[in-house]
Amino acid sequence: MQLPDPEQLVQQLAAALKPRLHANTALVGIHSGGAWVAQKLRQQLGATLALGTLDISFYRDDFSSIGLHPQVRPSDIPFAVEDAHIILIDDVLHTGRTVRAAMNELFDYGRPASIELVVLIDRGGRELPIAADLVGARLELTPNQNIQVTLDPNNQLKLSLHER
Amino acid sequence: MTKNPQLSEDGALRHLLTIEGLSAKLLHSILDTAESFVSVGEREVKKVPLLRGKSIFNLFFEPSTRTRTTFEIAAKRLSADVVNLNVSASSQSKGETLLDTVDNLAAMGADMFVVRHAQSGAAHLIARHVAPHIHVINAGDGRHAHPTQGLLDMFTIRRYKQDFTKLKVAVVGDVMHSRVARSEIHALTTLGVPEVRVIAPRTLLPKGVESLGVHVYNDMAQGLKDVDVVMMLRLQNERMSGPFLPSAQEYFKYYGLTAEKLQIAKPDAIVMHPGPMNRGVEIDSSVADGGQAVILPQVTFGIAVRMAVMSLLAGT
Amino acid sequence: MKIHIKNGRLIDPKNKFDGVTDLYLAAGKVAGIGQAPEGFHANREIDASNLVVCPGFIDLAARLREPGYEYLATLESEMQAAVAGGVTSLVCPPDTEPVLDEPGLVEMLKHRAKSLNQAHVYPLGALTQGLAGKVLTEMAELHDAGCIGFAHADAPLIDTTLLMRAMQYAATFGFTVWLRPQDPFLANGGIAHDGEVATRLGLAGIPACAETIALSTIITLMRETGARVHICRLSSRDSVELIRQAKAQGLPITCDISINHAHLCDRDIGYFDANANLIPPLRDQRDRDALRAGLDSGIVDALCSDHTPVDENAKQVPFGEAEAGATGLELLLPLTLKWASENKILLIEALAKITSAPARILGLDAGHLSVGHNADLCLFDPSADWRVVANALKSQGKNTPFLGYAMLGKVHMTLVSGHVVYEA
Repeated sequence: MQLPDPEQLVQQLAAALKPRLHANTALVGIHSGGAWVAQKLRQQLGATLALGTLDISFYRDDFSSIGLHPQVRPSDIPFAVEDAHIILIDDVLHTGRTVRAAMNELFDYGRPASIELVVLIDRGGRELPIAADLVGARLELTPNQNIQVTLDPNNQLKLSLHER
Repeated sequence: MTKNPQLSEDGALRHLLTIEGLSAKLLHSILDTAESFVSVGEREVKKVPLLRGKSIFNLFFEPSTRTRTTFEIAAKRLSADVVNLNVSASSQSKGETLLDTVDNLAAMGADMFVVRHAQSGAAHLIARHVAPHIHVINAGDGRHAHPTQGLLDMFTIRRYKQDFTKLKVAVVGDVMHSRVARSEIHALTTLGVPEVRVIAPRTLLPKGVESLGVHVYNDMAQGLKDVDVVMMLRLQNERMSGPFLPSAQEYFKYYGLTAEKLQIAKPDAIVMHPGPMNRGVEIDSSVADGGQAVILPQVTFGIAVRMAVMSLLAGT
Repeated sequence: MKIHIKNGRLIDPKNKFDGVTDLYLAAGKVAGIGQAPEGFHANREIDASNLVVCPGFIDLAARLREPGYEYLATLESEMQAAVAGGVTSLVCPPDTEPVLDEPGLVEMLKHRAKSLNQAHVYPLGALTQGLAGKVLTEMAELHDAGCIGFAHADAPLIDTTLLMRAMQYAATFGFTVWLRPQDPFLANGGIAHDGEVATRLGLAGIPACAETIALSTIITLMRETGARVHICRLSSRDSVELIRQAKAQGLPITCDISINHAHLCDRDIGYFDANANLIPPLRDQRDRDALRAGLDSGIVDALCSDHTPVDENAKQVPFGEAEAGATGLELLLPLTLKWASENKILLIEALAKITSAPARILGLDAGHLSVGHNADLCLFDPSADWRVVANALKSQGKNTPFLGYAMLGKVHMTLVSGHVVYEA
């Protein structure tokens, strides 16, 4: 399968996002791929934009079956969520469970004015009624396929496809 | 000898009974997890849904408002249901055995026991006895161990001093009767602190304490020299005057931490105390309330560390 | 009943005999060794090929829990345990309920034991009334009732004057005083050997000097009073040295150690194993090694089981609240053999520690197999291996730090006064 260039997708997403920004907009990336994408988008959209990261480990719905993720990072939301317009950013949208957890966590910081979801890749396979507002690319993957976003040593996003 | 009772077959932490025998990697992973819970504690809503539906029983056979409260807050911030039992007053006086009590509470659907008991090894006994899905946290057993206190102390040191492998740490006071001291010493040596000292009169040092990996000092002026961390221990009231010590006054004069004695340590040394403090006995107020004391941060971090331990155990 | 035991390896430490030979028993006594007496027709022939045939074991300390503690064990259950362990004579300490301080109680116990027709029971009378350490017992009367000596068990004897008087009084009649040396003040509140393990586990310590100080006192009082003393359950290396010196000076002193202390040390407490809560406490490895070496050199005279059945519930509590003691009658032989093989001791010398040596301490014509003398004996398979499992023990006490251990040496048959009382 021909995979798109993630850096190019970020450019497209930034362009599409620009007209949607409010005075009180903040970017929130979901750890770890979403945080990289959020960082890149902020570079495109302007360094004054508030940026936070979420580690949704404490909100996962599979804790009782798989336990706590071994490397939990602190969530970092350095702005008031109350009444903010949040752009929630993840690398890959799959079942929708991560986004559910992220929204739950966001609400524990305050009541945002709105949340929009931006993802680099929508690979299908949703298990919850969740849809992204902006999508970099849509890929049709089988349940056995796994798409991964990594950051190479030159700070460039890379996409790779794995068979389970 | 039987296998380490707090680890499961695959080496995961099933119970937290003592720090002894745990790896540095595991201790660091608990502290790392606790970092995330510190940030949760700084939010508007200080609660996460991790242990929703779990029942945690605080089983205290020895009165302790403070430790019980921090465990209670930790459990509640993880959205667990918490039941507090002060057993000394109720069933034990009716002749019910410790394990009877545990069985009864397990039948009520307990997922985790937080146990404090006056006898060393009580938490081990319970951990050996309970069904595989139930987890036990030792909240202090006799003179043996108080692992969450040891961990929160390490968390505090890591916050202020970063690298354990460059530190000199002094543990001062009644080491003999202190479970806190034992847990601190195991944690410090495991995390690679190159010089752990104990400072106390000989009556308050247990036999062969050097075998725990510490250097023994009987004199504060020598023991505090160049240390980065001073960990004070509480002196129980009943030990202030009797066969161990002649008087609280003499103890304070020779082993109490005053501003003057603190000057012997490094200028940026931090002062810790597990609480509750005896001001004017083991520590002078000017030190307890001074700029080098990190005693209140210890309490704050204690909640995060206990949340980390509870969530790590509940997830195995 | 005439019994012919064929082809066994007869080991008799007292007679210094070790070889394959036949044994002939008649009328409860040994009738012939190697050669049948004239006109001997056996009612029963026992093939003892590959088995060791030796004098029945004499255990210097076995608590039968009667009278008073029948819920822990009964005479029936513990006598079965004894003979299953090859023990044909046993000494029971006076710490029953009531304490063995009255002739009637001793007579009753002797009578009960005799009616069971199993091992011989030799009670120790209490040294003081109620073991309270205040008033002497009627030692002469108790002796007539069947007491083999006088002991204070594990009850504290705080008053040194009283100890001296008790020794003087016992010496008047030539009775042996059995004492477990422990300074009650130094031991107060302690539950484990005061050493590195107790420090690590946070257990209150009993220092070794609690034993040596009391032992020094006893030895000094022996010189003062001329009493003969048997020291029970030594635990520390310094005590072994004190005993050596006392013996070198010709004092009439003997001593024993328990099978637990011959093999285990404080590390065996592991993670608070209440089965390792024993009196005296398990001390460190160097102490254990000194006890074993003392047993080899003869400074320590005998090995005993220190059999103490404890209720399961009394061990299912935190270490410090657990009742001390371990079951031992059925472990006496295999643990003697284990010591022998580990310390490279000849079988005949090892068996002496549980046959001829305790007989000498007790002044009994027992612990040997000689023509015309009582036929108490044990047949065991020295190479049979088995595992210590609670349910397999005959004793009502299932508590022992050796649970799960592999043992070598199993009793095949036990005879008391020429009668088979146990067959595996």
